[in-house]
Amino acid sequence: MSAVIDEHDHHADDHHDHGPAKGLLRWIVTTNHKDIGTLYLLFALAMFFVGGTMAMVIRAELFEPGLQFVDPAFFNSMTTMHALVMVFGAVMPAFVGLANWQIPLMIGAADMALPRMNNMSFWMLVAGVLLLASTLFMEGGAPNSGWTLYPPIVLQPITVGKALPFAVFSVHLLGISSIMGAINIIATIFNMRAPSMKMMDMPLFVWTWLITAFLLIAVMPVFAGAVTMLLTDKFFHTSFFNAAGGGDPVLYEHIFWFFGHPEVYIMILPTFGVASTIIPIFARKPLFGYASMVWATASIAFLSFIVWAHHMFTVGMPIAGELYFMYATMLIAVPTGVKVFNWTATMWKGAMTFETPMLFSIAFVVLFTMGGFTGLMMSIAPSDFQYHDTYFIVAHFHYTLVPASIFILMAAGYFWLPKWTGHMYNEKIGQLHFWLSAISVNILFFPQHFLGLAGMPRRIPDYAVQFADWNMISSIGGFIFGASQLLFLYIVIDTIRGGTGEKVTGEVWENAAQHSLEWTLPSPVPYHTWTTPPTMVPTEHVLDAH
Amino acid sequence: MSTNTAYYIPHKATWPVIGTLGLVTMLAGFANYLNGSSIGPTLMVAGLFIFIVMLVGWFTLQATESESGMYNHDVGISYRMGMMWFIFSEIVFFAVFFGTLWYTRNLSVPWLGEGATKELLHPAYQAVWPTNGPGKVGGDFEPMGAWGLPFLNTLILLSSGVTVTWAHHGLLAKNRDQLIKGLIATVALGFLFVAFQAFEYHEAYTEMGLTLGSGVYGSTFFMLTGFHGFHVCIGAIILSVVLFRSAKGHFKPENHFAFEAAAWYWHFVDVVWLGLFIFVYLI
Repeated sequence: MSAVIDEHDHHADDHHDHGPAKGLLRWIVTTNHKDIGTLYLLFALAMFFVGGTMAMVIRAELFEPGLQFVDPAFFNSMTTMHALVMVFGAVMPAFVGLANWQIPLMIGAADMALPRMNNMSFWMLVAGVLLLASTLFMEGGAPNSGWTLYPPIVLQPITVGKALPFAVFSVHLLGISSIMGAINIIATIFNMRAPSMKMMDMPLFVWTWLITAFLLIAVMPVFAGAVTMLLTDKFFHTSFFNAAGGGDPVLYEHIFWFFGHPEVYIMILPTFGVASTIIPIFARKPLFGYASMVWATASIAFLSFIVWAHHMFTVGMPIAGELYFMYATMLIAVPTGVKVFNWTATMWKGAMTFETPMLFSIAFVVLFTMGGFTGLMMSIAPSDFQYHDTYFIVAHFHYTLVPASIFILMAAGYFWLPKWTGHMYNEKIGQLHFWLSAISVNILFFPQHFLGLAGMPRRIPDYAVQFADWNMISSIGGFIFGASQLLFLYIVIDTIRGGTGEKVTGEVWENAAQHSLEWTLPSPVPYHTWTTPPTMVPTEHVLDAH
Repeated sequence: MSTNTAYYIPHKATWPVIGTLGLVTMLAGFANYLNGSSIGPTLMVAGLFIFIVMLVGWFTLQATESESGMYNHDVGISYRMGMMWFIFSEIVFFAVFFGTLWYTRNLSVPWLGEGATKELLHPAYQAVWPTNGPGKVGGDFEPMGAWGLPFLNTLILLSSGVTVTWAHHGLLAKNRDQLIKGLIATVALGFLFVAFQAFEYHEAYTEMGLTLGSGVYGSTFFMLTGFHGFHVCIGAIILSVVLFRSAKGHFKPENHFAFEAAAWYWHFVDVVWLGLFIFVYLI
């Protein structure tokens, strides 16, 4: 593409380079990728605290054996809603927000390819989450079947009350939102990239999001189809998941996890992308193995479609199925290992400094690897029979989501906030936030491995006395972790309002402009950028690809 | 040909948030209706109204902008990519139901008729397709044959694929008359298809005892053909908009994204029907 015009070019008397409109309406009708990115990120942050509050309710109830604060049905609503809100309201939108802000900046594009649809995908997200949240205030409460919404339990009146149709339509809206966002990202990357930037020059964050966008388009309709069948089974007398009519509840599990497994990579691939962006800058070296990172990402995405039934080892599959899904799952460790070694090799003999984004990124590499190892343990079908539906799986996926996805989202916040706002965050408080989070997250989740191995089932409000000690420790870790995140909230607000008062350069981080295009722009980033595409693109990050 | 050489980026968009409001009102109304709340239908109608207003407004805006030459070649590429991946997501959505049909016929129904499941639970059950399961859910029914209306509908949809291509040739050859006639024929065939299917459904419900509740056969039959029929309606509405615009003199041989998108969508609907005819009706 060449240059960019906007509506105002049709009015000769208008200012050429104008800023944002004034007032609240700006945020409702905006088509600017930076505004929409901000909306996504703030919404995700709000949902992070909503979902986090639910987690605090769960940990408070589990602080001691016996029923303390909430009744069991509400407890199950909390585990269900905590998962749905965190996955669909916090982590996914946060990464879409980062994509909105960063992809156009990183590829030299003036905006997203389809700006009106970009606005719509954000509001569809809000509508979907509102529908879901409305169930909290309904007769019978929010869904309490677990976030997987398995039949037949999700179809029982006691499990969902009046919530099921709202949850189903919420999934439809969230699906539409994600698909629109993904289509926009694909069109932007393919069609709006600066002509001088080849595919293999793209920053890893752009690559990982491109691949994630394909995953989203390929699996969100699958989830929509699955919940549609739940709806018709409940209200229109169909028998998809009813054995009496010739159907099979296990079919739902297959469809759900055909969506669900790529879904977990939708949350982790952009995480890898951000880590691959941050680590080279603070190690002051090009990313080790750029091309292998791209191919590893693509391999993980491909494998994600052919391993879904490892979530269902205990459902009663033929032995051939168990073996196939076991070995296929283990294969994922190969490209994932490539990534972990590449990050480590990037840091090797680098001139490292440890600002907050780097601290979170290093913690990510270490703790994500732990989550990966427990995943490997559970890929072994006969072992999974022991761990299945225990706190071991809870520990496993929280290690891959909290000190991985969430930590990297924090890192991204610290890393790019100075760029976006032109203000520096408070490094001392940032590091305090990091150390409190890194220590408490391990107090929170590490003991859950022991609980799971000892046989404590997940999704229960009460437990045998033998699990009491580790649960109390886990809850204490949870409370510290939850409280620590208020520091992040403070830092975000403080940085937006001026931060340390220190003036940041366009580059913000030392030699960052050699790594990626956004650092060649001034800080704060002007409202309109790259109205003419850059002619030179940094290639430092791809040095060893050539 | 577009007069702008630059990529057009609108500064604000009011229709997306209105459309979202319409859709969420409609869905909240439907959910309330399913829960037996009296406010449901009102909300649904209100939401549908807002949604239609949005469609008319947004389509008009896009058509005006397009005709005034604000979209350059690159904008057209973005639109084409958008439509292509949207259709891909629709294909995946249908794949779920085709997959369900495959799983049911090849796995879950045979499993119900073999081994301990059969001996202990329902020894009399014959696990042969079509079936409404060991519980005879929905009562006796007659399965839908392939060679009556469904075959006629196949011919209708295939012909409509030809007429839309004929219309496209007319557009490319600057033959407005052929364009409009081709589109009229396509839309008419589309609605004829829907009418025949409605008739088929009526027959199924009143004569054959075949309903959405007829076990897993009825479920898969009506889910697949129903969602397809819904998509035929969407496609026919899109084509009607394109027809309306063609009559107003819109589209040029080198710039007619809306027509192309409508035609792509129509071919997608067509191909899905062929899959349905083979896997739902024939086999």
